[in-house]
Amino acid sequence: MVVQTPNGFNLDNSGQRIVVDPVTRIEGHMRCEVNVDEEGYIRNAVSTGTMWRGLEVILKGRDPRDAWAFTERICGVCTGTHALTSVRAVEDALGITIPDNANSIRNIMQLNLEIHDHIVHFYHLHALDWVNPINALRADPKATSELQQAVSPSHPMSSPGYFRDVQNRLKKFVESGQLGLFKNGYWDNPAYLLPPEADLMATTHYLEALDLQKEIVKVHTIFGGKNPHPNWLVGGVPCPINVDGVGGVGAINMERLNMVSSIIDRCHEFNTNVYLPDVKAIGGFYKNWLYGGGLSSKACLAYGDIPEHANDFSPEQLHLPRGAIINGDLSTVHDVDPRDPEQVQEFVDHSWYTYGTPGKGLHPWDGVTEPNYELGPNAKGTRTNIEELDEAAKYSWIKAPRWRGNAMEVGPLARYIVGYAKGHEEIKDQVDRLLRDMNLPLEAVFSTLGRTAARALESEYCGRLQRHFFDKLVTNIKNGDSATANVEKWDPSTWPKEAKGVGMTEAPRGALGHWIRIKDGRIENYQCVVPTTWNGSPRDTAGNIGAFEASLMNTKMERPEEPVEILRTLHSFDPCLACSTHVMSPDGDELTQVKVR
Amino acid sequence: MARALILGIGNVLWADEGFGVRCVEHLAEQMAFGPEVTLLDGGTQGLYLLPFLEEADVMVVFDAVDYGLEPGTMKTVEGDEVPSFLGAKKMSLHQTGFQDVISTAELMGYKPAELLLIGVQPVELEDYGGGLRPIVAAQIPAALQIARDWLAARGFHATDGRTETNDLADAAIRQDAYEAGRPSEDAACRTGDDRFFPEEA
Repeated sequence: MVVQTPNGFNLDNSGQRIVVDPVTRIEGHMRCEVNVDEEGYIRNAVSTGTMWRGLEVILKGRDPRDAWAFTERICGVCTGTHALTSVRAVEDALGITIPDNANSIRNIMQLNLEIHDHIVHFYHLHALDWVNPINALRADPKATSELQQAVSPSHPMSSPGYFRDVQNRLKKFVESGQLGLFKNGYWDNPAYLLPPEADLMATTHYLEALDLQKEIVKVHTIFGGKNPHPNWLVGGVPCPINVDGVGGVGAINMERLNMVSSIIDRCHEFNTNVYLPDVKAIGGFYKNWLYGGGLSSKACLAYGDIPEHANDFSPEQLHLPRGAIINGDLSTVHDVDPRDPEQVQEFVDHSWYTYGTPGKGLHPWDGVTEPNYELGPNAKGTRTNIEELDEAAKYSWIKAPRWRGNAMEVGPLARYIVGYAKGHEEIKDQVDRLLRDMNLPLEAVFSTLGRTAARALESEYCGRLQRHFFDKLVTNIKNGDSATANVEKWDPSTWPKEAKGVGMTEAPRGALGHWIRIKDGRIENYQCVVPTTWNGSPRDTAGNIGAFEASLMNTKMERPEEPVEILRTLHSFDPCLACSTHVMSPDGDELTQVKVR
Repeated sequence: MARALILGIGNVLWADEGFGVRCVEHLAEQMAFGPEVTLLDGGTQGLYLLPFLEEADVMVVFDAVDYGLEPGTMKTVEGDEVPSFLGAKKMSLHQTGFQDVISTAELMGYKPAELLLIGVQPVELEDYGGGLRPIVAAQIPAALQIARDWLAARGFHATDGRTETNDLADAAIRQDAYEAGRPSEDAACRTGDDRFFPEEA
């Protein structure tokens, strides 16, 4: 039966059903079911979060100044961005301002996380959806060298000998037959289109990116005291500044600042000489694979981030743009207010919760987490072993967040579309240049590859912003300002009896918000609406499908039993997957179980 | 100078999955190692851990492992068997992630020469916000002793005392504070999906 959704998709669940389970875990398991028609086109998509969680169940009654340390553990990837969102929420609730240096340092760390995450995502999670490392073994190193020099003349590592060495290393690794990183792919699937030389070039950069990412994370260690779980502080940052000091524990001195500066330079070189050229080169071979746009051409949301001045979150002061686009109307960018009870709301009609009244949406400050696990009449299997979901009923542990009732896409592409529509100079310039270089129309950005390209452009832009805030920090220090924290309201006796606040960031994978209520110095309620909740949202009361679901619609699958295309598009959202996990391995440690029925 | 890494992995928010991280916390409280030994709370991180592996010649990993044994059973695995045990059964993505970290370290040529996995069979994983179950927590002293002896045999000697380190969990989520501060069942619902929270028989 064909059903049209209010947000413009025709769903038909009559074809063969394919289940990909689980797609990712860290932020809760995720599973995806699609129906394909006889030609292999996806005509219905169902995305479900299979694990229940809610931060309020562990934070209620705790000290709000500690919340960041818990939120760092929610996600296996973005530790710092949750912590930043958390301290912002508490500061907002209690009216705590932070010093300029703390703003610069927080921005440098947040930008660092964006860059690290984008590079790691592209090379170590997503690239293998497009790049075939096994095919790279057949490449001619000399031809690869020529390709490299054509694609990126400024990249020094381009000799035939270099590519031959990498190829030999790869060969040895693959032949050793151990638990390889590349073992779980569908390497003979016709969906892979690169010539062997492009595969070798990209696989080589996979290794270069591994080396680089080890350097990038040092910035978190320098400013956060440690990594992978850096320290954060309500009221500022926990690292003191002592430029004349030598090696004092945790203090920021010139030696450490110089190290940060050189890492910023290295990232910038990698972004401009490797990452962007690769995305262009690889994208060039997949120019006709413009599936996966989903909601991006219809509804995008960004909270904005990277404030130029401390404590000023007005939209014109944010380097990453804020705004909402709905109904595909790019000529109007709506302002976004996370406090407005009419704007961000979560619905549970298709989620395993209850609010008592059907059709009701709740603003996160009033959020309720009352589980109600029941399968619809058309579900197949049992309560403990679901074979097929009934998406007409409740089917996900993810709530359905909506902005003024609209299902929204969040993430780098949403940020770039909002920025482009707002006429954000740097963003518009980057996008126009990329489209011109690739000879593509603007419509091409509304796609899986558009998402992947937006991430690369953003990585480069974030690098420039990082340099800006580094220089700003150093200038400020030279002018004699070494304040990094404001502890005026550290003591709970200075707090109001009741308070509520919201913290917002742009996490690498999209708009992230924490809403907190504080009562008598303790956490009363704490709700996180994370990017993967927006993108992985189930249907809502009106039947609107979410971003993952929409993005899979009408995609052609070469071989339904090898869901490369599904993974390609879902991975393009960077859905909180820890590492380069790829479908199932032959020895039974099933990561992504593909069931065809 | 040879270097050792003592690493605890897992998610402290999911009951016995926190075993590895808690072991390292206790170890830091009870044993004093020299600067050639790094203690680290690895959480559920993947590639972030790579630089630590690169620096290490030998590595001890504490984790909750599904060996298919009686809950609370402890078992150690060494060398090349470590990655395959970490992924033997689908239990947690952090293990998939860590398996990939080891594989990546191998590809890059900086996998520690010697590996020891000290694992305990968990009792309960699907209790979000919960702490270690008593029989799992009771294995910590024995797990620490195994690590101490294994490292001593490789020239890394500990004395009784404490190891000062920055790389452990914030005080707010150390075992005592985390477990004692848990909201009551009435205040914060703990039930959920039958697939993860089976109804009492």
